[in-house]
Amino acid sequence: MAKARVAKKTPIRVLIAKPGLDGHDRGAKVVARALRDAGMEVIYAGLRQTPEEIVRAALEEDVDLIGLSILSGAHMALFPRILTLLKEEGGRAIPVFAGGIIPDEDARRLKKAGIRAIFGPGTSLEEIVSTARSLARRSA
Amino acid sequence: MTGPSSRLPAAARAIVDGDRRALARTITAVENGDPSVDRVVRSLYRRSGRAPVVGLTGPLGVGKSSLVNALVGRLRSLGQSVGVIGVDPSSPFTGGSVLGDRIRLERRADDTGVFFRSMASRGAAGGVAAATREVSRLLDAAGFDVILVETVGSGQVDVAIRDIASTSIVVVVPHLGDEVQTLKAGLFEIADIFCVNKVDLPGAELAKRDLAELVTLGGRPSGWAPPIVGTSTVEPTGIDELWNDVVAHEKFLDSSGERTRGERKRLSTEIVGLARDHVGRELTRRLERDPSLRRLLDKVVARQIDPRTAADRLVRGRRRGR
Repeated sequence: MAKARVAKKTPIRVLIAKPGLDGHDRGAKVVARALRDAGMEVIYAGLRQTPEEIVRAALEEDVDLIGLSILSGAHMALFPRILTLLKEEGGRAIPVFAGGIIPDEDARRLKKAGIRAIFGPGTSLEEIVSTARSLARRSA
Repeated sequence: MTGPSSRLPAAARAIVDGDRRALARTITAVENGDPSVDRVVRSLYRRSGRAPVVGLTGPLGVGKSSLVNALVGRLRSLGQSVGVIGVDPSSPFTGGSVLGDRIRLERRADDTGVFFRSMASRGAAGGVAAATREVSRLLDAAGFDVILVETVGSGQVDVAIRDIASTSIVVVVPHLGDEVQTLKAGLFEIADIFCVNKVDLPGAELAKRDLAELVTLGGRPSGWAPPIVGTSTVEPTGIDELWNDVVAHEKFLDSSGERTRGERKRLSTEIVGLARDHVGRELTRRLERDPSLRRLLDKVVARQIDPRTAADRLVRGRRRGR
């Protein structure tokens, strides 16, 4: 399964996007940079993306992984919508992880809904990189 | 489509029939050099060669991504579908990259007339990736009316887009340098169209004048004199004119016979390159198992023979072996 990818050393492709309307993209940029430095190809979709745009980009770019950053508080509306759209598009399940200001109770529910990992403030970049890597490997 | 398309491999047929997921996955496989799509790529070649491939190149920060977005908007309003490849550099240190060309793209999320793919250069020099040409053919075979290729922010010698695009747009901005810069070899030689972007900034007239003077010093060997277009994407300016110039150049390619000449030259380079890669891979594979390399190496280290002679013997050995 993941072996072929490791053997051929093809880079992991990951989409980093910010759904919703807040303009705080520093966190997304820091994570994008860290994943880049870990040898991944990071498609940076930037600010104010709709769930439809994010799913469309993930499919066109054929990514192994999607990372969402959100600070607006709209995560309970936007994340499940993204997961639903991904499912509707059929095909393989692309793992989704998230970061931002997400209360613990919401995080529990989002994980149950299918967000694979959620990182709050203060998470180390090492942890994000290693989680991203293992999520992508498992899906490959 | 029945008939010819029913003879295509399943993935190729899916691509021709408009399956965007199949297209996206095949692109990944081509980028990765995955041999499983070899037949798909070969079978789709015959269906390429219809769409103009328009390259946008120029130094970093001149607004290539914004221009691509503006051109996509223009083409959609003309009812044409567009496939876009945006190339960004891979890190020479980690192999990683941040692909940010997509960030300027504005389109309706349900508009299937646009397909945008970001691509890392993965160590290739010249401003595009090794897979860019084959991927542009896949987009062509998938039926897009126009293919746009945005290069890595280019330096003076990054001219590889010339080997892929039928029309190359060189994008500059005001104050990039004096008129002597325009005389230098490399990037400015490949322009079919010069685009002075951010034309709302001071110095734009001077930049256009310098380029106009360059063109009067002598056009391209084909007889085509590259037009100079001023554009802005802040207050959209010159975008229609830019596209009209692309169309004019594409017409010129047909009427002058340059298209066939250019194609033959590009394809010849491609075939020779592929053959060279093939022979090189074969030689590498053989040498990995060949004990004579070690013996030759010993002799070269001991200064009994020189490296050129050793290489000659390796290649002669290969010929005998076949």
